[in-house]
Amino acid sequence: MRIVVTSKPFDLGVEAERFASGHIDMGAIVTFTGVVRDLDKGNLEKLVVEHYPGMTEKALEVITTTAMSRWSLGDALVIHRYGELTKGDLIMMVATAAPHRKDAFEAAEFLMDYLKSRAPFWKKEITSDSTEWVSAKVEDEAALSRW
Amino acid sequence: MDILYFSWVRERIGLPREVVDTNAGTVLDLVEELKAREERYVVAFSDLKALRVAVDQELTDFDASLTGVREVAFFPPMTGG
Repeated sequence: MRIVVTSKPFDLGVEAERFASGHIDMGAIVTFTGVVRDLDKGNLEKLVVEHYPGMTEKALEVITTTAMSRWSLGDALVIHRYGELTKGDLIMMVATAAPHRKDAFEAAEFLMDYLKSRAPFWKKEITSDSTEWVSAKVEDEAALSRW
Repeated sequence: MDILYFSWVRERIGLPREVVDTNAGTVLDLVEELKAREERYVVAFSDLKALRVAVDQELTDFDASLTGVREVAFFPPMTGG
């Protein structure tokens, strides 16, 4: 299990390759990558991600440990960036390794659902004429109830 | 006690953290103490339903006890991922 909270860009290929290699008993590797998406108007200039150093790492560790014990995972990876990002940047990734794909897919979804609303990150969208904190979506909170 | 603010709570209060000398028994008591200090706290804490609180870096409720607590953080619902 590896958790990385960083202001620096990460290399998806390198991370996925490193995570996927060296397993002989894990038949399924799932990776999910979050990308900074432009606004509908096409005017996103910057996405600023704030976080709570210390609590962020702890929260991600609890969420990932829960996933590891709840599904039959051999390994899990969470990378999440903070600081200034721009459209098209990779903001985060999760990867899960399990003997079979069902566990790997489900655990990856669980990780995504939980880190969206239980890890202390806040996004702010900056355009040429506005600066706005992203509001939490009702459906993000509701997504937790299925677990 | 260290009090931390994030996102728009930090912006409304105008600082990321401060040390507060308090005898508040619960988070809610602390909020009332802060609101009594200055208008900017009243604005930031006007709707507690829109806020979340962490005590010693763990999410909790506004009725949580502050006994032995070192750090309290206030912030809006999280938007990671």
